[in-house]
Amino acid sequence: MVADVRTPSRRDFLRLSAAGAGLVALSACGSSPGSSGGAGGKANIRALFMKQASYSVENVASMTRRFHAKNPHIAVSTDFVAYEALHDKIVTAAPAGTYDVVLIDVIWPAEFASKHLIKDITDKLPASERSKIFTGALQSAEYQNKYYGIPWILDTEYLFYNKKMFSKAGIASAPRTWDDVVSAARALKAKNIVKYPFIWKAAQEEEIVCDYGAVLGAYGGTWMDGTTPTFDKGGAVKALEFMRMTLAEGLADPASLTSTGDDCRKAVSQGTSAMCLNWTYMYALANDPKQSNVAGDIAIAHTPAGPAGGPGINGSMALSVTATSKNPDAALAYIQYLTSQSVQDKYAQLSLPIWKSSYADSAHLDATPAVVDVAKTQLGDMLLRPQVPQYNAVSHALMAQLQNGLSGKKDPQSALTDAASAAKNIMSS
Amino acid sequence: MVVRTVSVSRSRLAERLSNRFDRLRRAPGSLALVLLLPSLVLVFGVVLYPLVRTLLTSLHDVNSAMPGAYPFVGAHNYLELVKDAEFRSSLLRTAYFTFVTTAFELTFGILLGVLLNANFHGRAVVRAVVIIPWAVPTVVSGALWRWIFNGNYGALNAALTQTHLIGQYKQWLGTPWLALHMIMVEDVWKFTPFVALFVLAGLQTIPDELHEAGMVDGAGTVRRFFAITLPLLAPVILVTAVLRTIDGFRLFDIIYVMTRGGPASGTETAAFYTYVRAFSDQSFGLGSALAITLTAVILVVTVVYMRAIRVSEVD
Repeated sequence: MVADVRTPSRRDFLRLSAAGAGLVALSACGSSPGSSGGAGGKANIRALFMKQASYSVENVASMTRRFHAKNPHIAVSTDFVAYEALHDKIVTAAPAGTYDVVLIDVIWPAEFASKHLIKDITDKLPASERSKIFTGALQSAEYQNKYYGIPWILDTEYLFYNKKMFSKAGIASAPRTWDDVVSAARALKAKNIVKYPFIWKAAQEEEIVCDYGAVLGAYGGTWMDGTTPTFDKGGAVKALEFMRMTLAEGLADPASLTSTGDDCRKAVSQGTSAMCLNWTYMYALANDPKQSNVAGDIAIAHTPAGPAGGPGINGSMALSVTATSKNPDAALAYIQYLTSQSVQDKYAQLSLPIWKSSYADSAHLDATPAVVDVAKTQLGDMLLRPQVPQYNAVSHALMAQLQNGLSGKKDPQSALTDAASAAKNIMSS
Repeated sequence: MVVRTVSVSRSRLAERLSNRFDRLRRAPGSLALVLLLPSLVLVFGVVLYPLVRTLLTSLHDVNSAMPGAYPFVGAHNYLELVKDAEFRSSLLRTAYFTFVTTAFELTFGILLGVLLNANFHGRAVVRAVVIIPWAVPTVVSGALWRWIFNGNYGALNAALTQTHLIGQYKQWLGTPWLALHMIMVEDVWKFTPFVALFVLAGLQTIPDELHEAGMVDGAGTVRRFFAITLPLLAPVILVTAVLRTIDGFRLFDIIYVMTRGGPASGTETAAFYTYVRAFSDQSFGLGSALAITLTAVILVVTVVYMRAIRVSEVD
């Protein structure tokens, strides 16, 4: 061995500088919020939620504080994004392992599981536990009989209507079918109570597929047969024809084509529309005098039925541990706490629990009785959107064609034929 | 085992260092390289490395955000683009959007720049106010205009119905063609001040003597504008046109905030479509091919402009 003690050269200096810079970079990586605290088994985890519908930011903050009080060795930081940004945030943050816990929509388990973005936790959700949870909620974490999270938000679209406007029009009961909706809308329009009685969530976003899905289910349409699109046939076409008719006849607001769920909530809350399909959270907000001009007038009913029934579209969501989490045990503990029955029962004003027994004995449930009454039967009758890894691409093709069909640019059959053709190409590529 | 110790005296060390610096001074190329190193690291790290990675990704079937070994597919993703009608229409839509908005922004920007260059009371205040649309973040102005164009409670419908210019509320973002043009209105509103500022800077370099000479020769205001002001502003206008064209082809944020490409994909620009395919569909290979193709289109347009600038400078 030769130990050579000599003066440092310029090259050595540059090497040292580079090594120093590398160390700084590495130390910066090591101090990321998701990293383990090390000593004393402490863990820092970071969770990603959405900032609209369902549990509010305050709800989640309160739940997180309580979790930390019970688990002082786990520190949780939370981030919130709009639903529209949630998927892409999960995807872009995945390689860096930014998040330990992510909220996933019912349409994403196939994609995220097949691309290894989230962990399989089937062994942590045994059949004995699963039997206590609504099937529709479980579907938000399920892909090919494995579970990639624990359901947290159990939701579907209900019909919200202005009972005061209905009363003025001489309508005594809630619409039970889509035919009832049309009759009520015609009466409201004829008596000049409201110019456009109904408003669809038909902006070019996922919610147009949800509204269409609710009508598709009512008319007996289907999404796919295996990997072959079938939404260009039978009841699926009738569903789009029905939606187009409501717009063409002036029963639905032309603003539907630029409206999201929140826009619809605002339209009904302002009294510019009398009816819309929307998620559970709307009931509390549309009846809140601080946020609504018609507080106290908005009622909730089942998704209207058609010849094939009245399934609500499944809008459930689950909490998943990311595949790159450095603290998967702490992340799972946090998820188990947020999804526990006692926590869900306590924060049930904006989102209903996933647990069946919460509804059997609703004394412990802090939810509006009117919502619980409707939910009890609706939650067992939900329609799932296609569970395929390419769902987003299929949905993108479908939503553009749905808008073509609704705006009258194409007839409904042609629009859906084009959408099915595009979906077929996506599924086969 | 042999241990060799080299002892170096302080004076010898100083001498060696001095020699090294002398050599460095005598070889300006080396010194320049050392001085340029930080910026080179930055350029390679922030620009070239991602560009090369994107190029490599575009040659593979990358269908997940997670790192992994993805199959090499050569030009397959590029061939897919050629067959992709949605990409073609988004590119044509982007080109239309870019050239029309750039033309309007240059026209209004030049007029506004000339106005701001004139002497009038309150000029400083007007200059400050005019810059506001450009200074507002695009996400904020996009949200603002989305409200203005709202079909039910937007300010535009209220203003036009109250002044009896339209009989009933219109869905400004409700049909593809109209929505695209309303976004163009927003873009022109936002970027006209940007052009005006460049023009204003250019106008201040034109000597007053030229205008005075023109006046002596009997040229009126319009004649002087076309014979003196506009030719001397040509380089500034061309540079601004290049910047606006590049920005136009990259248009993403306004679309994301205002329409998310709808209705019926009628406002989907090439950059937004790239984003959808890459991040929403996790087709990173195809998305990268889209990004490289879009970059190439921008490069071609920029080269054409740069040649025009060179010609105008020679003239």
